[in-house]
Amino acid sequence: MAISKSIKRNIGFFFIIPWLIGFLVFKAYPFLSSLYYSFTDYNLFKGIHSYTFQNYIDVFTKPLETKALVVTFKYAFMTVPLKLIAALFIAYILNFKIKGVNFFRTAYYIPSILGGSVAIAVLWKAIFNDDGLIHMMFESIGLEAPRFFTNANWALFMICLLRVWQFGSAMVIFLAALKGIPADLYEAAAIDGAGKWTQFFNITVPLITPVIFYNLITQLVQAFQEFNGPYIITGGGPRNGTTLMSLLIYNNAFTSYDMGKASAQAWILFIILMIFTAISFWSQKHWVYYADDDGGR
Amino acid sequence: MDHKENTVENAQKNLKRRHFINVSLRYLVLIIVGIFMVYPLVWMVGATFKTNSEIFSSINPIPKAPTLDGYIGAMQSSGGNINIWKAMFNTYSYVVPEVIFTVISSVLTAYGFGRFDFKGKNLLFSLMMAMLFLPQVVLNVPQFMLFNSFGWVGSRLYLPLVVPTLFATETYFVFMLIQFLRNVPKELEESAQIDGCNVVQRLTKIIVPMVMPAIVSCALFKFMWASNDFLGPLLYVKSPDKYPATIFVRLSMDADNGFNWNKVLAVSLISIMPNILIFFAAQNQFVEGISAGGVKG
Repeated sequence: MAISKSIKRNIGFFFIIPWLIGFLVFKAYPFLSSLYYSFTDYNLFKGIHSYTFQNYIDVFTKPLETKALVVTFKYAFMTVPLKLIAALFIAYILNFKIKGVNFFRTAYYIPSILGGSVAIAVLWKAIFNDDGLIHMMFESIGLEAPRFFTNANWALFMICLLRVWQFGSAMVIFLAALKGIPADLYEAAAIDGAGKWTQFFNITVPLITPVIFYNLITQLVQAFQEFNGPYIITGGGPRNGTTLMSLLIYNNAFTSYDMGKASAQAWILFIILMIFTAISFWSQKHWVYYADDDGGR
Repeated sequence: MDHKENTVENAQKNLKRRHFINVSLRYLVLIIVGIFMVYPLVWMVGATFKTNSEIFSSINPIPKAPTLDGYIGAMQSSGGNINIWKAMFNTYSYVVPEVIFTVISSVLTAYGFGRFDFKGKNLLFSLMMAMLFLPQVVLNVPQFMLFNSFGWVGSRLYLPLVVPTLFATETYFVFMLIQFLRNVPKELEESAQIDGCNVVQRLTKIIVPMVMPAIVSCALFKFMWASNDFLGPLLYVKSPDKYPATIFVRLSMDADNGFNWNKVLAVSLISIMPNILIFFAAQNQFVEGISAGGVKG
């Protein structure tokens, strides 16, 4: 009787048992075991021979690893702002009473839905390759196009551009938030003589800071983990110019089977991501405006 | 009097003109950006019908001498016993179970967390929310070792891809479903309970129909993500006859590098055709789904 009562009181627990198993087996255990492996010289075929802190030191001292760190930061700090600015700008324009808003929204959103696929990475290569579409276009008018994939800076920018091109999902989120801003705020501002730009920076931006915050975090987390672009399009080259951390981790783990080293690098990337997430959360009280916070206080 | 009327008329004209310029500018920006968004995809479709000598010779997406060579090439199996159709069959043989399992396990978890109190709920709920911030990159290596120790690497049933979805490992979906669940009035369930419905009936007869839009969004996003997944199959699928479309597309690009672009692009396009069709059939669900997390959350 007591047991059946206790089951009844905790019935909700039974619904989350699958999640709990998944959490323990597929998340918590791997997460913690990788911390352990990161302090070993674990090789998939040779096992563990010694415990070491070297894997972590290497990330900041070996040229290949430090380069991957630098390139990852460059990539993320290029991609995230460009993507968010494009998304917000287009969402802002779409939010005016635009005829065919659904048509435009669809057009801008398609790249986001398809862009993660290998097929689009192949397309990118066809367009920007050294003998690809852009190159031939330049040639036909007697100019020489930059060598997008043989120059390290261009190559990184091309991978960045592929992601910026997929600003649609962030835009859709911005658009939904902009729709929630009451029109009378703009009307009042217009009466006070505020122009469109003033309205944008003094009304629109402050009111959607929670959504900017959300997009910023999700995009940062995504950007720091970028793998498909460099793996499929550039293979990490030229001269490791596009070897982002996630690609370096992949190479260490699955081509040299150096699981210890790869785990340490993954943990460094994880810590970097946590620091950025923490900074975003900590800083939000200075710039994120939540409507519930004012009035009555 | 006449003079005054004139100025009013002029002012109105001026205002109208400025409005007209503003509106035109907006459409101009939308159209120019829209061309950048859609043109690569349109060019891709055109290129699959071009001869290889024509592909890069003009930016006009419409082929001068349409040919099916690209598609004929795409149909041929590229050595080994794999072709594009088989690869796509392979893709959906794990994508469909992944979608179904993800939806079921996420709904159960969301119901448990969203509607019940039980011992340790707050701790478990925080742990679950924390999983939103646990990047996959830190899990890849240890998960590989875990699945390797299960003997699942190279599994012909795609076990490492499918099994975790039974356990609500996609935290974002659980989070999104809980958000929707909050809007379902508790009274509905209470009156059903009085009518003699048990917890399971309440879930299937009341909650599921009420949050159906969210469930559909989850299923659609999971479908897109799972069918675009590249790293998963790259790590866990070892036999060529089991390669999914993503791996197949990448291999056909490597095999034909620089020669058969019409074939490579045809293979790519075929591989994303189901995703394109599903996107157009269910655009609104995608838009609503993605807005829900950012705006309601």
